[in-house]
This record gives sequence, C-alpha cells and structure tokens, in this order.
Amino acid sequence: MNAAILNMPNLLPAYAEIVLLVMACVILVVDLFLEDAQRWVTYVLSLVTLAACAFVTAGLGAISEPVYTFNNMFVSDVMGSVLKLVTYVSVATGMVYSRDYLADRGLFRGEYFSLALFATLGMMVMISANHFLSLYMGLELLSLSLYAMVALNRDSAQSTEAAMKYFVLGALASGLLLYGMSMIYGATGSLDISTVSRTLEMTSANRTVLVFGLVFVVSGLAFKLGVVPFHMWIPDVYEGAPSAVTLFIATAPKLAAFAMAMRLLVSALLALAVDWQQMLVLLSVLSMALGNLAAIAQSNIKRMLAYSTISHMGFLLLGLLSGVVGGNWLSAADAYSASMFYAIVYVLTTLAAFGMVLLLSRKGFEAERIEDFRGLNRRSPWFAFIMLITMFSLAGVPPTVGFYAKLAVLQAAIGSGQVWLAVVAVMFSLVGAFYYLRIIKLMYFDDPVENAVAISPRGDMGVLLSVNGLALLALGILPEQLLKVCLFAIKTL
Amino acid sequence: MTHHVPWLSLAIWLPIVAGVVVLASGSEKNAREARVIAFIGALAGFLVTLPLFAEFDIGTSAMQFVEDAPWIERYNIRYHLGVDGIAMPFLLLNSFITVLVVLAGWDVIQSRVSQYMASFLIMSGLMNGVFASLDALLFYVFFEATLIPMYIVIGVWGGPNRVYAAVKFFLYTLLGSLLMLVAFLYLYNKAGGSFDILDFHRLPLGMGAQTALFVAFLLSFAVKVPMWPVHTWLPDAHVEAPTGGSAVLAAIMLKLGAYGFVRFSLPILPDASHALSGFMITLSLIAVVYIGLVALVQVDMKKLIAYSSISHMGFVTLGFFIFNAYGVEGALVQMISHGFISAAMFLCVGVMYDRMHSRMIADYGGVANTMPKFAAFMMLFAMANCGLPATSGFVGEFMVIMGAMKFNFWIAFLSATTLIFGAAYTLWMYKRVIFGEVANAEVGALKDINAREFVILGLLAVMVLWIGLHPAPLTDIMHASVNDLLKHVAQSKL
Repeated sequence: MNAAILNMPNLLPAYAEIVLLVMACVILVVDLFLEDAQRWVTYVLSLVTLAACAFVTAGLGAISEPVYTFNNMFVSDVMGSVLKLVTYVSVATGMVYSRDYLADRGLFRGEYFSLALFATLGMMVMISANHFLSLYMGLELLSLSLYAMVALNRDSAQSTEAAMKYFVLGALASGLLLYGMSMIYGATGSLDISTVSRTLEMTSANRTVLVFGLVFVVSGLAFKLGVVPFHMWIPDVYEGAPSAVTLFIATAPKLAAFAMAMRLLVSALLALAVDWQQMLVLLSVLSMALGNLAAIAQSNIKRMLAYSTISHMGFLLLGLLSGVVGGNWLSAADAYSASMFYAIVYVLTTLAAFGMVLLLSRKGFEAERIEDFRGLNRRSPWFAFIMLITMFSLAGVPPTVGFYAKLAVLQAAIGSGQVWLAVVAVMFSLVGAFYYLRIIKLMYFDDPVENAVAISPRGDMGVLLSVNGLALLALGILPEQLLKVCLFAIKTL
Repeated sequence: MTHHVPWLSLAIWLPIVAGVVVLASGSEKNAREARVIAFIGALAGFLVTLPLFAEFDIGTSAMQFVEDAPWIERYNIRYHLGVDGIAMPFLLLNSFITVLVVLAGWDVIQSRVSQYMASFLIMSGLMNGVFASLDALLFYVFFEATLIPMYIVIGVWGGPNRVYAAVKFFLYTLLGSLLMLVAFLYLYNKAGGSFDILDFHRLPLGMGAQTALFVAFLLSFAVKVPMWPVHTWLPDAHVEAPTGGSAVLAAIMLKLGAYGFVRFSLPILPDASHALSGFMITLSLIAVVYIGLVALVQVDMKKLIAYSSISHMGFVTLGFFIFNAYGVEGALVQMISHGFISAAMFLCVGVMYDRMHSRMIADYGGVANTMPKFAAFMMLFAMANCGLPATSGFVGEFMVIMGAMKFNFWIAFLSATTLIFGAAYTLWMYKRVIFGEVANAEVGALKDINAREFVILGLLAVMVLWIGLHPAPLTDIMHASVNDLLKHVAQSKL
C-alpha cells in the first residue's frame, strides 16, 4: 500500500500538459534573450509546441477507455482529447491571425505567447479534471492568464478598464463556484468527481445542502460560459480587449467551459439533473432572448459578436438540458454530444469571424465598427465570400455547418419532448439572422467608403482564413464525421 | 426499375458546379467568358433533365430515378432523391427558365457578371434539389440554401429599395422555414428516427399533432406561395429584383411553397387538411379576388404582375384544398403554366425596362408603333395571363374551376371572377402601355427586340401555346401520382 503511494503516478495521460508546461517555461526564458526583430522565434516555438501537444493528444485519444491518474484527480478520455485538439487548433489559428495585428501595435511580444500558452494549459487541466480542486486550479490558471491578456495593451485605458471588470467579476464567479463545491463536499464528503457521483447514486445525501450548492455551481458555470444573467462582462471585455485577445477569449475557453459543465453537471451531479436542467432552461431562454435582441442594437462588431456569443451559449445549453427525461438517461449521449458539436462548431465559426475583424484592421486602424465591412465585396470578393459563409454559419443557414449545430441541439430538445423550447429557440434565431444579414448587406450591397485600402493579408493568414471559412462549408456538406466523433466521445465518458 | 445514370444528381450538381466555375473564372475583365460558361452550364443543366421526361414511366405513382445513399448516419439523414409525376415537370421548368434567365441577363448585367450568373446557376441546382428530395432534411437544406443566392441577387442587382426588399424576403421566408424545421424534427422523432418523406406519409398522427404540424407547414409554405395575408414581401421583392431575379422568383421559387403543400401537408396530415380546408379555401379566394382587385390599381408594371402572381397562386392553393382530381391536377398544371407566363411577363417588362429604365405604366404608350414584334409577343403572354383558351393559362384555371364546381358552386363562382379581373388588369395595362399614340420621344426612339430577345420570348411562346393546345403529355405524367396523392388524402390517420 505504502509502496503504491510512493510510486510515481502514471504520467502518460498528462504528457501533453507536461510538454506544454515545459515548453511554456522554455519560451518564457528564450524570449528574454531575443531582439524584437527575432520575435518570430517565439512565435514559431509556440506553434511547434502546440503541434507537439496535438501529436501527443492524438495518440492518447486513440485509447477509448478513460485513464485516471494522480489519485483520480486527472482523467484522459476521448472527450478530453477531442476538445483539447480543437483547443490547439483554435489557439494556433488565433496566433497566426493575430501576428500582424499584434506587430502593428507593438504587442508582438513574448508575454502574449507565454500567457496564451499558460491559458491553454489551464484549459487542458479543466478539460481533463476529475476532481473539483484540479478543475478549479485549471480554471484559475486560465482566468488569471486571460485577465493579464486583456490588459496586454497597458497604455489603453479601455483595455485596463475591461481587464479590471473581468477580474472583479471573474473572481466573484470563482468564489461562487468554490462555495458551491464546498457545499457539495459537505453533503457527499468528497471532492473527487467519480466518488461524488457514486455517493449521490448510493446514499441519500442531504438534498437541501446539495441543491443549495448546485445553485452556486451553476452560477459559476454560467459566468464562465457567459449566459444571462451572468453575461455582463462579455460585451465590455470583448470590446475593451485588443481584437487579437478578444479572438482568444471568444474561442477556446468556451470549449473548456463546456468541458467543465460536463464534468461538474453530468459526471458528478447527474443525480440532480432534474434540478439543474430547470435552471439551465431559464438561462438558455434568457440568453437566446437577450443575446439576439441586444446584438441588433450594436454598431461595434466586437460588441455584436459578444452578444451573438451570449445567444450561442444559450443554444449550447439546449443540448445539456435535454439529456435526462423523467429519470431516463437513454438519450443523454445524444443530447450531450449535440452540445459538444455545437461548442466545436461555434469555436470554428467564431475563429473565422474574428479572423476577418483582424484582417480588416491595420496599423493605426481598428476595424471595430460594423460599417468597416462596407463594400468588402468590391475590395476583396474572396474574403467577402469567406465572411458570407461565416455569417450564414453563425445564423445557422444551410449548407453551412452552423445549421447542423442548431439542428443537433434542436433535435435534442424535441427528442426530450420540449417542443416549445425548440420553437422559442428558432424564433430567436430568426431575430439573430437579422444582424448577421446586415453584415452581408454591408459587404455585398453597399459601396466601399472612399479611402478604403485594398486587402492584402500575409500569405499564411490569408490561406488559413480561407481554409477556416471553407471548412465551415465543407463540414456543412459532410458533417457526418465530426458528429460521430462527438457521439463517440460522450459515449465513452 | 434501376437507372445507371444518376440524372437527378446531374440535374442538381451540374448547374452548381458550373456556377462555381463561373464564380472562379470571374473578374470584371473577362465578363464575356463568364457569360459563355454560364450559358453552357445552364444549357447542359437543361439537357440532363430531358431524360427525366423521356424515360418517365407514366403508369406508376412510385418514385422514379431513385438514388439513395446514406449521408449523415448520425441522424439517419439520407441522400435520397426521386421524382414522381408531381415533381418531375418542375425540374424541367426550372432548368428551362434558368437558360432563359442567363440569356436575358446577357447584356443588361454589366457589373459583377460572374457573381450574377453564378447565383442563378447555383440557385437552379438547389431548386432542382428541392423538387427531387425524398428526405425531409435534404429538402430543408436545399429549400433554405436557395435563400442565399436570391438574397444576393435582389440585394446586389436590384432597384433603389433593394436592401429593404432583400432583407424582408429573407426574414419572411426564414420565419416559415424555421417552424417547418421544428415540424420535421417532431416527425423525425415520431417516425422513430427517420427523415424519409415516404415514411412520414405512413405515420399515424393524432388530430392535435396534425393541426399543430399543419400550422407550422402552413406558415412556411404560405409565406413562400405567397398566400394572403403573408404575401407582402412579394411585391417588394419583385419590384426591386433584377428582371432575371423576378422571373426565377415568380416562375420557380413560388412553386416551392405550393409543392410543399402537395408533398407534405396533404399526404402527411390528411385529417388536419380536411378540417382546415375551409380556412385554406377562404384564404385562397381572398387571394384570387381581393389581390386581383389590388392588381387593377397598380401603376408599376412589375408590381401589377407580382399581384397577378399572388392571385394566380391563389388558384393553385384553391385547387389543392378541394380534394378532387380536377382541382389538384389543374392546380399543378396552373403552377407549370404560371411558371412560363409569369417568367414571360417579367421578361417582357425587362425588355422595356432595359430600354427606358422605367417600370411605370404612365411612362409608356404606343409601344406597338416602335416595337411591333415585341408587342405581338406581349399580346400572347397577356392573353395567356388572363386565361384565354388555347393558351396554357386556360387549362389550369379551367380545371380548377371544374373541380371547384364539383365541390361547391359558390366557390367556383367566386374563383371564376378571376377570369374577369385577370383580363381587366392585364389587358388594361397592355392597352395603356402598347397601344395608342406614341406617348413621348423616348418611346418613339425605341428599337424592337433583337435576336437574343426574340429567341427568349419565342421559346416561351412555344411552351405557352403547346401546353394550351395539347396539355395531355403534361397531365398524363401527373395522373398516376395525383390519384395516389388523393388516395392518401382520403385516408384518415386517426
């Protein structure tokens, strides 16, 4: 027994995290010795690190059984591997999109890369956490890195203000989450997710304390996902942060938040599904309503996308809240995999949308107003087309992949008998279509402003953005594989 | 019956691929190449639909030219294509009109030619997909995807108020289709995980569910047809759209809604269809009579034809909901015929608009003096529009009125007023525009139609007369399928 404890834990499931941690430290140090002109070394090293992590994770993802390590605090399973792979893709793509933007603003420094890599590490820990404490640790690592990233442009009062808001509200949310976890610990006597789940199934723990704790856990989760009424930080942070950082915040962390929801609500607290599903219904409807209605009034594209994010997270919840019907878990895998699919599609689409915002920005000019998209079809038909696909994907119009994401969660809701919820959802997505159409209208129907400059992205960014946009279309024509992967990932949970 | 050549897939994908090629070829400089490629693509797209007609077996109501392959197995969505006698003629109509539309835009469209041509080709393929789909979700994907090119066509090449019209068109249609999506998902769950339309036909459903589904389908299809009172997007869209856009909108896109009624509402929800037939007939008659009167007072030619379209489509929905062979078959013939006539009318207005840049009736007068050939063509189409015997307009309307007569005299009586109103607004417009003294110097300077326009209008004239004089080939194709449909509708699911 003693010998077993003294033994080294099985490190294999955490190899990707270890690689990332080591490399992030190395990059931090290497960067100190670089001139500004050599900063590309940091950039390339970061991308190589992510590629190496992807290699390791892909290898681990081939093991379909979950592997636990560090005394059950950490798990490597298919869902985790898939989400991590998308996270790498998202972070790496974000770095490529951001390069020129950052360089033009004097932000192309080592801090951005090390913070981004540490944030990625935090997300990976969140995704693989099998214990409330490791989950919390990952969350804090992510959050603290993000606070600093928002304030990356330290001379900008707006960025600093956004970072401050984000920090105060984020700390509050973390507190709520921690408080809820402590309640659940009190009722079940464990912080280990598997043990909590077993305890809840076997014994009759004190329900009042549990539900009380659950409310706080759901609130903390809602903050991280950014759903109404815990959404206040999103528009301000999205607008205040440099666009490159907004892209980062808007994409990969949503995957981690989804994983957190899965670990906390499904893996640990499935026995309380009746309670948290009700809460999620409310959060979901409010988010779809407020997100879509408020987005119409925005003239700043980053704020518009912020509200659009809120509404998308409302849609994502549709799947999570449809898993358990009358104590029956048969369709749970269907419903949760729909949400997972939605999360992945959302990240891919948002990457392209913010990629376009970065593309249109140049030195001394922030493409922040919706008006900046005016006449894009005249300036660059190809990128206007990419943006067209992206907007229709966000609006959920076939044949783009966004449609299947909506289809999957709507099917989950209707499959669980909540037709009214599906009707509410489609009505709000109709409202949402309006502001996505407005972007297309500006690009295609209007003439460009007079002093508009031609669009000439660097090769790698142009190619990647095109691939990103076309992927939304290609996945829309053949969504089968991604749907299957998500289903398999949830089934092997 | 097995077919080795996937004609339906060709009819769908050939125009789409051609559209992508045109799009890729296109910059402002080589507009000519874009036109030529687009024409070849459209023509090839039409040619591959001809075997559908030639090899069609009129003796059966079963689906023909079936192609079935798994597409998204996760949700059991299949790439399931097939046509019966109801759907097949529309593929031909659509591909035929696309050729004409590409020709019609040859000289007029000078900006972003490749995008214009590509939009129409892609739209044509997608609409063929709508008519050929036997999987509800595949149908939905095509149905929705057609909105994107049409939105672009209206918004980019349209008139002064194009943005308003384009957005209104898109949102109105999306409203309906989203509810249809919910209905499909509901049926999918009821059918135990199948989106197959033919499975839906066999699915037993209670009255409550049928009514709710009927309303969802109604909102979707009624907007598309469009039926009174959700028709208001159509005049806006027509007036602002470029000529080609108007022609496709009227000739094909409106038919998608009517087609939805026969493919989904009637056979899947027979009891709700019967229960709500009074309501549907009332809406149809309002469209026929009231919208006919509205057309009478229009001063804009395109708006007049748009209202005339709504009125004629009222005939179609009327035919469907009187549940007899004359009515349904007549409605289908009317759909095909209206496809040719409305396209012809819009192209005629387009011919004049290209020269005068005005759609106002008051700006014209005495066009016959300067454009005699054109005036002759337009005469024929105007007569067809009011349902003169020996033109295609007569056949459908007459059959529907016959069917209505069997059903109820007063309904037949009210619907027959269209023959008067239709003649009134069409011929009055014709008289003011074409006859009389030359109204102004601009009309005096008009040049008659050129060879290209002659070919376009000539082909349409041939079709209008052919269906008018000898509709049997068309009705023979539809016969077996219509009888089968009526059998479904007569069978209660309760």
